[in-house]
Amino acid sequence: MIATQRSVSGSSQSPRSPSSQPYLSVSVTDPVKLGNGVQAYISYRVITKTNLPEYQGPEKIVIRRYSDFVWLRDRLFEKYKGIFIPPLPEKSAVEKFRFSAEFIEMRRQALDIFVNRIASHHELQQSEDLRTFLQADEETMERLRSQETGIFKKKPADLMQIFKDVQSKVSDVVLGKEKPVEESNPEYEKLKHYIFELENHLAEAQKHAYRLVKRHRELGQSLSDFGKAVKLLGACEGNSLGKAFSELGTKSETLSVKLQKEAHQLLMNFEEPLKDYVRAVQSIKATIAERANAFRRQCELAETTKLKEINLNKLTLMRSDKVGEAEIEYQELKAESEEATRMFEMIVRLMNEEIVRFQEQKTLDMGIAFHEFAKGQARLANGIANAWRSLIPKLEACSSSS
Amino acid sequence: MMGNEEADDLHESREEMESLVLDEPSNGRSSASATVPDHHDPLLSSSSSSFSDRHNPNSSLNAFLDPPSYAEAIFTSFDPSSNGHETPQLSSNSNPRSSDYLYISISDPQKEQELSNSLVPGGTTFYTYLITTRTNLLEFGGPGSEFSVRRRFKDVVTLSDRLSESYRGFFIPLRPDKSVVESQVMAKQEFLEQRRASLEKYLRSLAAHPVIRRSEELRLFLEVKGKLPLAKSIDVASRVLDGAARLPRQLLGEEGMDVNAKGGRDLLRLFKELRQSMSTDWGGVKPLVVEEDKGFLERKERLAEFEQQLSNMSLQAESLVKAQQDIGETMGELGLAFVKLTKFETEEVLFESQNARAADMKNVATAAVKASRLYRELNAQTVKHLDKLHDYLGIFLAVGNAFSDRSSALLTVQTLSSELATLHARIEKLEAASSKIFGGDRSRMRKIEELKESIRVTEEAKTCAEREYEQIKENNRSELERLDKERHDDFMSMLRGFVVNQAGYAEKMANVWEKLAEETSGYAKDGS
Repeated sequence: MIATQRSVSGSSQSPRSPSSQPYLSVSVTDPVKLGNGVQAYISYRVITKTNLPEYQGPEKIVIRRYSDFVWLRDRLFEKYKGIFIPPLPEKSAVEKFRFSAEFIEMRRQALDIFVNRIASHHELQQSEDLRTFLQADEETMERLRSQETGIFKKKPADLMQIFKDVQSKVSDVVLGKEKPVEESNPEYEKLKHYIFELENHLAEAQKHAYRLVKRHRELGQSLSDFGKAVKLLGACEGNSLGKAFSELGTKSETLSVKLQKEAHQLLMNFEEPLKDYVRAVQSIKATIAERANAFRRQCELAETTKLKEINLNKLTLMRSDKVGEAEIEYQELKAESEEATRMFEMIVRLMNEEIVRFQEQKTLDMGIAFHEFAKGQARLANGIANAWRSLIPKLEACSSSS
Repeated sequence: MMGNEEADDLHESREEMESLVLDEPSNGRSSASATVPDHHDPLLSSSSSSFSDRHNPNSSLNAFLDPPSYAEAIFTSFDPSSNGHETPQLSSNSNPRSSDYLYISISDPQKEQELSNSLVPGGTTFYTYLITTRTNLLEFGGPGSEFSVRRRFKDVVTLSDRLSESYRGFFIPLRPDKSVVESQVMAKQEFLEQRRASLEKYLRSLAAHPVIRRSEELRLFLEVKGKLPLAKSIDVASRVLDGAARLPRQLLGEEGMDVNAKGGRDLLRLFKELRQSMSTDWGGVKPLVVEEDKGFLERKERLAEFEQQLSNMSLQAESLVKAQQDIGETMGELGLAFVKLTKFETEEVLFESQNARAADMKNVATAAVKASRLYRELNAQTVKHLDKLHDYLGIFLAVGNAFSDRSSALLTVQTLSSELATLHARIEKLEAASSKIFGGDRSRMRKIEELKESIRVTEEAKTCAEREYEQIKENNRSELERLDKERHDDFMSMLRGFVVNQAGYAEKMANVWEKLAEETSGYAKDGS
């Protein structure tokens, strides 16, 4: 479990120093299934504990559903360009598992982490949308939610286009299209390449982690079946051999339970963090796309402004009566252009800060996940070893008493 | 998600795994692993030769992974008494009281040409195997003798058939299948090796049987060079030609000690017995001789139950082995994925924190690859232990044969009994009829004399058959006793071996993971 965010913002159980230090801690709990049939969904309790003045009191509890979290993410993405918005867990692909206990728990954990990351980010935590999310009543939330905006609401085709623009310079040139306007920053190029490659590698690791969970379950199942078969065979015998069989069968079934438990731990504490890492990288890709947009806009406006300037000078020389109009237009455009430049530069600056923070955070997150992985596997292996070892004297007793 | 994609991944990653094991990175520590003997891990050795010469494209990966310390990772078994597969065979081969041994090994398959009687131009080819025997049994010419013969598979079939005729009622190990389909479909080398191994196992199981090992048939097979001096198996059709003429000789048992009701049976007797068994089953007539041994029937039923559960356990054991294999493979793939990540994070370092992360990932990769190897070895050992189950399923087939020897011997006795009854009845009728004619009827008298002669012959045959039946019953009994004892010992040692194996490898794995936990303990939240 990734608790570092919690500890920064103060855990939901124990806020550090109640009065002096400002804290904002959130927890997402108690998933409940509401509604019927196709319309059914899960709602969560979101509990906010804080001493910040912007908030309405020390504690607030609201009910939220997944699409509310999506709303929050989209709003933040719009408003805080350049910042890596924490990722959300995916919508469930398979209808069947939408309400499985495991899926619900995984989602709850991911949502909890999501909100806490926002709450502990020095910029994002000041967002008004966050406050709305944490405090507004359900009706208001529903109203806001139905106004859909944001990059993630764009059709997949648009999204793909944006990513493609970022990636494929060469093919466009080859195809004779107009060369897209790209930053020619070698550092940034390296970073983009790194991010794209990283996603591939992480996705592969996550895929195998997921399979490993499945394998644990399968091994558990087959140990259980094996144990039952051994016990049945033992029942045929009846003498000391029969007893030995039945001890072994029972042990086998016990270990099956251990394996199922460990499979769950592995899922929550190792596979999910890896998945989270993948999502985070995807979120960065979205920011990269935003930066490309901002850069393009800045270039286009700069270009257009220049043209307007040339035109204005021409008109001035010609002493045309359109000069006044053109002057105004020029000034407006110039302001827009400067704004676009500012926006772009802000994104660049933020990204540079964010990437460092992100890297450090990820090293920490992964370190914890690896540690939990190691502990879990060690715990399992020791449990298995002890179980089998304890059986040996019993087997000795059975064979000597034959 | 499964299917081809996974298969490709597995194949690819398996190769990469092999190369990780065997490749020698440029650092100084490589020498230790380079000299590791391959025979410790038979699963690796077969692919090692294909990799040793190739330029390994993954060599750069190895720079990121410490070479495996084989001393650390591999061992065959913890339990000194169950060292590998050969020992149980040897120990059952040697009698502690008189330290007899009969050790057989098969090697060197060679192609030979079928010479005469060949309708096909050029002749057919077959393979022979060199069978080497080392023994100090007296039957084979005294202490410390060693000798070899060449035999083909057909010879083994002959041996097996002769044994099942001579040793009715015994639990005779089943010979390997003819595998006609497999011999066409499999690659030659693979097939020959498979056959060689199965023949070896078969002969060794014969040598392990306290009665069969001393049989003349086996001795001839192992010792006599050249053509095998055992009667070839004849099919029923050709027997028809000889059948009728040979009947009296068979009945009198002139062919040998025991009446070979099964082997030399002729069609006439075959049909008679079939009729008899039908009337026993369907006629509602109480058979003259009934299997009365309640003890035997009870035991038979219990064995049948045991066999069924054994078969079920064998199935479950197979899926356990598969599950162990799968988890090992997936762990290995996970390890590989982390190796690649490590390499990636080390190649282009843009940020300081990448170094720490790369180090962590390398530790995870190392642990996962080690664990994967341990799973693989665990499984190889598990297979050896649980193979006993498979062997016993074969033994139960032999038991079935022995039990049907018994019932067919009983059937012979029943048939002869009812023949006698019929003959007596006919004599009575004839005597009754001829007594009404004064002076007797010459033809009828002659008939009666013939019948009386038949009765005499049949009674002798019945005595033989009864003797045979009793012998088979006794064989069954002594074999059942032997089976019970051996079954107990074999299964106890199998269970123990299985458990010790599991415990041992689990401990090794715990060590691997504890090491990783320690390496990452800096990230622990609550000092755990």
